[in-house]
Amino acid sequence: MKGKRMLCALLLTALLLPGCGRQSGPVVNVYNWGEYIDESVLDDFEAETGIHVNYSTFASNEMLYSSIKSGGSSYDVIIPSDYMIARMIREDLLMELDYSQIPNMANLDAQYLHREFDPEQRYSVPYMWGTTGIIYNTTMVDKAPESWMDLFTTELRGQVLIFDNPRDCIGLALKALGYSFNTTNEEEIREATELLIGQKQAGIVQAYVMDQIFDKMINNEAAIGTYYAGDYLSMVEENPDLAFCMPEEGANLFIDAMCVPKSCENYENALAFINFMCRDDIVLRNCEEVGYSTPSATALAQMDPEMKEDPVAYPSPEVLAKCETFGGLPDDTLSFYDREWIRVCLAKVKPHFG
Amino acid sequence: MRTKNAAVPYVFWMAVFVVVPLVLIVAYAFTNFDGEFTLSNFDNIDVFLLVFGNSLYLALIATVICLLIAYPFAYFLAQEGPLFRKVAMLLIMLPMWMNFLLRTYAWMSILENNGFLNQLLGLFGLGPIRIINTDVAVVLGMVYNFLPFMILPIFSVIDKLDKRYIEAAQDLGANKRETFRRVIFPLSLPGVLSGVTMVFIPSISTFAISKLLGGGMSFLLGDLIEMQFLGSAYNPHLGSAIALLMLVLVIIATLVTNRFGNGEEGAVLI
Repeated sequence: MKGKRMLCALLLTALLLPGCGRQSGPVVNVYNWGEYIDESVLDDFEAETGIHVNYSTFASNEMLYSSIKSGGSSYDVIIPSDYMIARMIREDLLMELDYSQIPNMANLDAQYLHREFDPEQRYSVPYMWGTTGIIYNTTMVDKAPESWMDLFTTELRGQVLIFDNPRDCIGLALKALGYSFNTTNEEEIREATELLIGQKQAGIVQAYVMDQIFDKMINNEAAIGTYYAGDYLSMVEENPDLAFCMPEEGANLFIDAMCVPKSCENYENALAFINFMCRDDIVLRNCEEVGYSTPSATALAQMDPEMKEDPVAYPSPEVLAKCETFGGLPDDTLSFYDREWIRVCLAKVKPHFG
Repeated sequence: MRTKNAAVPYVFWMAVFVVVPLVLIVAYAFTNFDGEFTLSNFDNIDVFLLVFGNSLYLALIATVICLLIAYPFAYFLAQEGPLFRKVAMLLIMLPMWMNFLLRTYAWMSILENNGFLNQLLGLFGLGPIRIINTDVAVVLGMVYNFLPFMILPIFSVIDKLDKRYIEAAQDLGANKRETFRRVIFPLSLPGVLSGVTMVFIPSISTFAISKLLGGGMSFLLGDLIEMQFLGSAYNPHLGSAIALLMLVLVIIATLVTNRFGNGEEGAVLI
């Protein structure tokens, strides 16, 4: 392991040598999802504290994980989702946070703290949350979907867009069958996989997509798709025929939280940044830009009523009670997910007639 | 001595960006997470045979289509005057000035069911045709993106053909077809072989095209390797093992095509 590290380090220094122009003043290196912030708040942070923000973005939890795990990166604040936080805690990749330096944490609603992924609440500060669900085009479906199972009917042949990642995709099939997102029972996961394979073979799936779903739903390419509630709110602005359904089995309630990786170099600045991000005016600006939901009770109280009463962004407590958060899965289960996912990917559409 | 010094940056470049990554791939492929030597990364490789087969199949089709389009094109282009050539070359190169992903995204909106192509067909009362999210779209994406790599080497070989061979063939009584079959084509083979390699290799390892145009409905080697690094189970060792196998596959394919070329013209390939 050590030798490998050395080699990587050597390679990296060789690559970085020409461009070593480092910021001389205090910095904080922030690694966030793409399009997940109002970038002007970064300038405000710099103006107020004099700490320069090096801001970069990632596209998936797995991408974030692989850059933290492989070493060589030096981020001070990262914003993974729930299940990835659980995994990083388990693998000892995160620093404990000194909450006394994050006084704005008091603004947060207690229901988003001490969740499954960080039960002792020592490593994370929730940033935003949201749910998944079914987005459909009211002009293209005969009846509004009510459950995840409605994605598996042959009436929707060629009209369904499904998540293009194993956790969300197999997860929704697990929910459709009445199982937990966090099951480690291989029989249940296999059953969910078979359901997805059958769906693909019957030609019901139009495509497996992530952000490509924006264009496809906006341009009436597909009748129905699965995605995040916050992104539905952006889509419906472009195409008013779209509607959102929270499946009756409940959906995934995800919480993205700010964490500090063990490899960080500016711990104090990281805490200052996290504290800044929890301040009400900053939260409101970010929510306005992003469309996801805030865990901050004080910011929510000041929010535009139209937004905070939107049942898609802020579902009722009864609906939320049905939702489940992804927990960390053991490595064996993750490998099993990947193997089962390959079976879904490799399944061929069977020709059908009529 | 001077030429040696001038080569230093290139040697450095090759070492850092070619040799070191290759060594890393081999090192990762034969180790486990604890850094110990193991062959276990290759244990379950048979599970992935279907993926290998699928990729090989689509890459071969794309290569053949590229060849069928590119050869006549390059052949006729070589007979044209300098101005026509310049314009044609510019048009071939022009799309390559734009990022490959952007071009593929553009194809996505062209091929969609309500996309540009089907709207156009609709004007003539035709269609709609379903291409997006099928293997056809994946092959189309490969052909579109890699076609210039087939045209350019074939064109440059045909262009540089010693015209005296052709004249000699004609003097000896060969008709047009025979001249082509027995003189021009064999002499242009080096270009064909390097074109085939330059299309086949990126085709077999592509992953963005199958995601965007194939809608994730077909699963290629590139997707499989990407999944080992960015899928739910992070396993760079298995990813490297698969990449290594792909490398071996490509080398075999290259050797086979080389053999077809009878090993003449050392300049062919890679």
